[in-house]
Amino acid sequence: MKHLVFAAGFLSVATVAVAETPELTVYTYDSFVSDWGPGPQVEEAFEAQCNCDLNLVGIEDGAALLARMKLEGASSDADVVLGLDTNLIVAAKETGLFAEHGQTPELDLPIGWSDPVFLPYDWGYFAFVHNADAQAPTNFKALAESDKKIVIQDPRSSTPGLGLLMWVKTAYGDEAPAIWSGLADNVVTVTKGWSEAYGLFLEGEADMVLSYTTSPAYHLIAEEDPSKAAAAFDEGHYMQVEVAAKLAGTDQPELADQFLAFMLSDTFQGIIPTTNWMYPAVTPEGGLPEGFETLVTPEKSLLLSPEEAAAARDAALDEWLTALSQ
Amino acid sequence: MADRAQPVSTAPGKIVAAGVAAIIFGALVAVALRAETGRGLGAPDWAALRFTVLQATLSALFSVALAIPVARALARRRFKGRRVLIALLGAPFILPVIVAVLGLIAVFGRAGWVSDVLGLFGLPPVQIYGLHGVVLAHVFFNLPLATRLILQGWQEIPGERFRLAAQLGVDGWAMVRLIELPMLMRVVPSILAVIFAICLTSFAVALTLGGGPKATTIELAIYQAFRFDFDLGRAALLSVVQLALTIAAGALALWLARGDGFGTGLDRHIRRWDGQTTFARYGDGAVTVLAAGFLLLPMLAMALNGLPALLDLPPQVFSAALTSVVVASISTALLLLMALPMTAAIARGRGGALELAGILGLAASPLVIGTGLFILIRPWGNPLAWALPVTALVNAITVLPFALRVLVPRARDVVARQGRLALSLDMQGWPFLRHVLLPRLKPQIGFAAGLAAALSMGDLGVITLFADPDVATLPLQVYRLMGAYQMDTAAGAALLLLLLSFGAFWILDRGGRAHVEA
Repeated sequence: MKHLVFAAGFLSVATVAVAETPELTVYTYDSFVSDWGPGPQVEEAFEAQCNCDLNLVGIEDGAALLARMKLEGASSDADVVLGLDTNLIVAAKETGLFAEHGQTPELDLPIGWSDPVFLPYDWGYFAFVHNADAQAPTNFKALAESDKKIVIQDPRSSTPGLGLLMWVKTAYGDEAPAIWSGLADNVVTVTKGWSEAYGLFLEGEADMVLSYTTSPAYHLIAEEDPSKAAAAFDEGHYMQVEVAAKLAGTDQPELADQFLAFMLSDTFQGIIPTTNWMYPAVTPEGGLPEGFETLVTPEKSLLLSPEEAAAARDAALDEWLTALSQ
Repeated sequence: MADRAQPVSTAPGKIVAAGVAAIIFGALVAVALRAETGRGLGAPDWAALRFTVLQATLSALFSVALAIPVARALARRRFKGRRVLIALLGAPFILPVIVAVLGLIAVFGRAGWVSDVLGLFGLPPVQIYGLHGVVLAHVFFNLPLATRLILQGWQEIPGERFRLAAQLGVDGWAMVRLIELPMLMRVVPSILAVIFAICLTSFAVALTLGGGPKATTIELAIYQAFRFDFDLGRAALLSVVQLALTIAAGALALWLARGDGFGTGLDRHIRRWDGQTTFARYGDGAVTVLAAGFLLLPMLAMALNGLPALLDLPPQVFSAALTSVVVASISTALLLLMALPMTAAIARGRGGALELAGILGLAASPLVIGTGLFILIRPWGNPLAWALPVTALVNAITVLPFALRVLVPRARDVVARQGRLALSLDMQGWPFLRHVLLPRLKPQIGFAAGLAAALSMGDLGVITLFADPDVATLPLQVYRLMGAYQMDTAAGAALLLLLLSFGAFWILDRGGRAHVEA
């Protein structure tokens, strides 16, 4: 019935929190809160220990999340923001809305992490996913020379799309425009978001799609389907590190700290691999779920620092637009 | 003229139109006021503008040019399954974008059915991605609407005209010149303007079918300004460009479509005696089959895709479906509350500004409107609590231009021809509405309400900006399923959405079907 009440628009009364239970509001991206994401399990587990009400609010994707924080500014209801990545960190810090976490966690990332404000909660490698029975190229140059067709996402509207831009830029530097020119005839189309691209790939429109090395784990574990694989590229793979931070203006600083600590606990980290389909930032006690050992592990991890990423972004976008608009 | 007694009042319509304009411009101003100094419009924005105008113009022209023969065939012929076909033709228009794109690609894509057939003859696959792909997709979405509206134009020619034409032996080209062409001249310009306006705000379809950043539209530039650059000033500026283009197209259409109608009839069923030559009959048959194939095959692909998962959908999908039905009902009620007073006011004859206000809902970028409303609501209350009412309202405003296209031509004729008689009987205001206008508009009201319910059900709308994890609409749930790799379940949920949208459309359009069927 809850939905009907909401739908009638009479619920402004009901959102006034019950006074006794403190409420922690966490802004995150939509797929985190969805019924098939980590949200429901995280909420249940945290509420079991915090004696509070965890209010997860889903806002499209990471970029939309940052835009929302800028829009709401210091008067935001959010206590914690979860779901930005390294490409957004500099812009997020510039808002001055976030506070230091003051924690010194032991993280299992392939790279060092010392950011005083943003704490990683999961990470992954971008990769081209293909059908396991097909031969895959082993680097961008081989891909460009092959007749393999790929679907990618637009960096202006999609996080993976921007990740690919950074990947090529990091691996090739000034050679990046040439790589993109070479790839232009391999690109079937460019989509607004990840879902459209992945859907097109599954429909057979392309041989490969830009996704993550962990994508085959979904098919293997959830669908018992070993037919998908990620291509290992010898330039190395660009990483996405997803982070969270507490708001400086939070009215629940202790709860926010407690949530950030919980975020790196075994419980939270154990939920991530098979709901967000990413690597946990801290490997849980029991290790990774069965099936993850089959995934490709890149020999080299590529990641620009937040400052480098912010500085490289606009020029990389121009190069991409120029090469693909020919 | 101005002081002459009139059967209906224009005041309520003017208030509604002012309200719609206030919401749209208010949201735009709210965004602009939050802007810091941005970088203004650059070369890429102008390129996006050129591409947007090009694709929208081509899409509108092709949709209407193809719709005319289809509507003509449907207007002249009676055959088994005609009702069902006319109703089904409405379906592409009400599909959620992402689902329709996948359906189209299942048929016309590199690995689609058409390519498969070509492959049997050793031919290369279809090259769908490019400007032609964008136009193809937009024609897929808008051909049905154009067909329905033009068909309505044919239906509104009084039956007596055809009777007289038959007695005088009018057929072939003479029929075109004397009856059909004048009707088209009146009906077509505003349909072109509406489709042009819809295509102006295209983003995901244009990008995906366009094959890459060459196909960057203004809406994508707005999205980039918001999300990539957080340059609200540029977003507002681009949105103003969109609105200006729409208003220009709308004004041009109003100017072109001026002129008188066909006069009144006795509201009898229409019977046609013309177009009985073998050539005309086979021609109509071929046109009907081709259009039905083009529009129905992608839907068949979707249905086949979704069928396996349909019976096994998770409960969250059904609760989202319930939410969507509620939103669609509220939207439909709001739409009628807005459209009917505006129709009455426009029917009085000097409603140019009102008609333009009505078309604004299409031109306004959903992202700008949503963000603007978010900024406006926030000081007063938690926007999350407003998610569904705002979604319902914005959906209703989006459907308003279509509803007016459906309602206005007929209402104008009724007021023009029956108004004086009504006044001489001292029948004004509510009695006139109740006994004269509304009964004669019943089929159009049904069609407009059907469109509103179906579009509101299928449109993702602004709900993503006001997301509350506990309230998801069905389109949002489809996107969430896709985002969670569950493409099969998403296809099942999309099929459920299609069935619900189409069911709502079918039920509400019943009156319209009675009208369409002679």
